[in-house]
Amino acid sequence: MSQNKNNSQTNIQLDFISEGKLAQMAPMEKIRMLLDEVRSGKIVVLERGLAPDEEAKLIEMTMTEIIPDEFSGIEIESYPIEQNTSFLRKILGKNTTKTRLTIIGPADQLKTIRKDRDMITAIVTK
Amino acid sequence: MVINLFSWIKRLFKKKKKAKIGIYGPPNAGKTTLANRIVRDWSGDAMGPVSHIPHETRRARRREDVIIEANGTTVTLDIIDTPGLATKIDFHGFMACGMEEEEAKRRAKEATEGVIEAVKWLEDLDGVILVMDATEDPFTQVNVTVIGNMEARKLPLVIAANKIDVQTASPARIRGAFPQHPTIPISALEGINTDQLYKEIAKRFG
Repeated sequence: MSQNKNNSQTNIQLDFISEGKLAQMAPMEKIRMLLDEVRSGKIVVLERGLAPDEEAKLIEMTMTEIIPDEFSGIEIESYPIEQNTSFLRKILGKNTTKTRLTIIGPADQLKTIRKDRDMITAIVTK
Repeated sequence: MVINLFSWIKRLFKKKKKAKIGIYGPPNAGKTTLANRIVRDWSGDAMGPVSHIPHETRRARRREDVIIEANGTTVTLDIIDTPGLATKIDFHGFMACGMEEEEAKRRAKEATEGVIEAVKWLEDLDGVILVMDATEDPFTQVNVTVIGNMEARKLPLVIAANKIDVQTASPARIRGAFPQHPTIPISALEGINTDQLYKEIAKRFG
């Protein structure tokens, strides 16, 4: 766990990862990094989220790591992806989906209270 | 001879109306209840057992050549009833449903394997019926991930807003959340509005 004992207070580390850093990583590299961070008790906030197929892969990989009484999985919340309506991207056949901010944490520490198209309300517990 | 040749060429170029369709959704949304309803309505059989305990379906089940006729269109489907998708599985949840610890742990283990199987099937489908519990918040990560994957691959998706027989159901909330996809309010359990769903299936997957 990454809970730092400081004057009897227990803190929880939050890592904010920029779009640029994620863009430099291969899909499996991202997923491995995210799972390692979350399994060590950190909450990770991604500026631009994961591609839909990466999200699916993250769910798949999470399932392989579940251990009773040790790790029950992840809480992941992202806004629904948006379609990039740029005409140029469409005619060039480029990907027209835009991923959005995503928060990921251990299922026993991060709880989503409410979520809609543009707002996520969550609490983090020790 | 000429007519036979013409028929042969017509068959060769005729649009293939067979699609591999996955029934997806979170645990307890009513996926297997809907799969049973569809298969019973069109082939007089059933897909699998249902239960109020989450993750009853822990292996994907496939039913081939289910022929649906609606709106003057005939569509042949291979239907895959997938295990409920989840990002977390805690065996304590099964114990709360009355299971012994060992049985709960075994079910949790099988459930994780089921989720992996469901994710793998996503790569091999022609379309998805996404079953949402209309009494619940539609913005779950499972829904967002399934919709995102279908949109990224430009594959058709129909949302079945299930459990409209329950008083607190709000299919309008689902329609408002994902307005870019057709949402059909249904009760798979009671068979309410399934005709409308079949019309949409024929239109989207035909």
